[in-house]
Amino acid sequence: MTPTESPWADHPAAVALAGRHRLRAWEPIPWILALAFYFVFPKYLGFGTELLITILFAVSLDLVLGYAGIVTLGQAAFFGAGAYTVGILAKRGIWNEPITGLVLAAAVAAAIGLGSGLVLLRTGGLTLLMLTLCTMALLEEAANLAHDYTGGFDGLDSLPIAPLLGRFEFNPLYPTTQYLYVLAVLFVCFVFVRTLVYSPFGQSLTGIRENTLRMHAVGAPVRGRLVLCYALSAAIAGVAGGIWAQANAYVNLGTLGLDRAATVLIILVLGGYGRLYGAFVGAIAYMALSHFLSKLYPTAWQLGLGLLLVVIALFARNGILGIAELGVRWLRRPRPMP
Amino acid sequence: MIFGVDVASMLLGGVAAGMVLFIVSVGLSVTMGLMGFVNLAHGGFAMLGGYVIALTMKYWGLGFVPALLVGFVAIAALSAVLERLLYSRLYRAAELDQVLFTIGLVLMMIASVTVLVGPENQPLALPAFLRGQINLGIVQYRTYSVALIVVGILIVTGLWLAFDRTRTGAQIRAAVDNRRMAESLGINIGRLFTLTFAFGSGMAALGGGLGAEFLGLDPQYALKYLVYFLIVVAVGGLGRVTGVFYAALLIGVLDFTLKKYLPQGGTAFIYALTILLLLWRPHGLFGAKTT
Repeated sequence: MTPTESPWADHPAAVALAGRHRLRAWEPIPWILALAFYFVFPKYLGFGTELLITILFAVSLDLVLGYAGIVTLGQAAFFGAGAYTVGILAKRGIWNEPITGLVLAAAVAAAIGLGSGLVLLRTGGLTLLMLTLCTMALLEEAANLAHDYTGGFDGLDSLPIAPLLGRFEFNPLYPTTQYLYVLAVLFVCFVFVRTLVYSPFGQSLTGIRENTLRMHAVGAPVRGRLVLCYALSAAIAGVAGGIWAQANAYVNLGTLGLDRAATVLIILVLGGYGRLYGAFVGAIAYMALSHFLSKLYPTAWQLGLGLLLVVIALFARNGILGIAELGVRWLRRPRPMP
Repeated sequence: MIFGVDVASMLLGGVAAGMVLFIVSVGLSVTMGLMGFVNLAHGGFAMLGGYVIALTMKYWGLGFVPALLVGFVAIAALSAVLERLLYSRLYRAAELDQVLFTIGLVLMMIASVTVLVGPENQPLALPAFLRGQINLGIVQYRTYSVALIVVGILIVTGLWLAFDRTRTGAQIRAAVDNRRMAESLGINIGRLFTLTFAFGSGMAALGGGLGAEFLGLDPQYALKYLVYFLIVVAVGGLGRVTGVFYAALLIGVLDFTLKKYLPQGGTAFIYALTILLLLWRPHGLFGAKTT
């Protein structure tokens, strides 16, 4: 039986479900804005590059946290793995071509994600939280210990990254190449994630998040799906880390730390998780605020951030986008006929 | 016997550190086991407690022991208010919301302390009778460490008795094992939660004050040692007083020994050990198999 034969095929719910993946009218807007940013604010391209990388990182977390519902505190482990892959290969003069470098970063991060996911995802709850945290801390310690390769606490700086496509130099002072390069990579990764979450695979992830027991009961390979999702998300986080290392031409232990993992979690939740564009909104709100506030009033920034998190957790679980959706629904609410 | 003396002093130092770990973590374990609440703000309560203790000693001229009591009472009261007003709204919420809420709370605690007191390390002056060395027969050792061990043993005995022999203790154990059943038997879970939460946070405050001498005391304390507290709880098992005690001693001694003989890779070793332990027994060394 094909779906069209079903008597319910034109039911509003069925139509909405079948059209969920279609491109909506507003979806090109963020990309147009990102391109416009390049021309309007040439002075802030460094900030813009950092912002786009943060969005990419947050998208990777959204896949694993927002869709598969795996609460992890160790996402920065993969960011760091990608960054150090690019950094070590470039510093040792083994490989410094940017695009293939990203592929290698993704592969290394995915391998770590697959390996750790296979063992970690047997557990859940507090144990899983602790295990992700400990894995990240372990990687950080390992990077600190192997300072012959990683530069230890100081990290690796002035990485010799080859020009993009053999033509466009990465200039640390005028990061025009970096900005466009990161934007392109973000676009490719985003299209991948967007396709993934609307695919049957993505649907099964949502199912696992909503009701693991029932997904087991209907015969879905729950653990396999979770591990695969974890590895894919790790690969994207690895790309984010690798591109961060390329754009800044350095790597340090901060790429692996709890700070980075907590920040990206905050960003995602601020924007709203499990809705793709939450990463964009959250990153812009957070980065803009922190860029201008944290240097002027660091303590007030911390206090405000804490307050914001408490308020979000208590009253606005779906972040800024959730509030916006509520607003739209309120505007469109059916009004009583006069 | 130089070797014996070395081992003895190593054990004493490690056990003293373990006692502080236990005093801070026991509340975290019980509240997590009882309420299933991932409370990342626990280290914050320890930090606040340490500040109350250090500052009352400095400005009010209180003695060490009265200051510890003041710290306990102040933080217990504060956390009871927080529990009633905020925590209790999130008992049935998703883990992620609890994590976010408590991270937010920690950030606010750190920022407030930084504004009110300052970001620098807060020295805590020990009273004269706890300074210096004490002769234990086989080995000379720091009086304070020995005092910590004695206090720790007293506390764990007291807690064990309270947990195992009193009516409230039985109610807590019942609620940890099967909350619904306990509720249907007429146990007032809400009151029990507030009580244990306040008590656990008070203990954390006590630990913050007792450990300030060698852990230091600055606003970042709340996050710096959080991983250690969580490791102790995860290894010891949720809601198990004795489990947490053994886990704290284990981690304390290991950390102390490794810092001395393997200052480079010591921390990595503890993380690796924790991962292996949790993979082997996801509910901790002493936790129940079914929760």
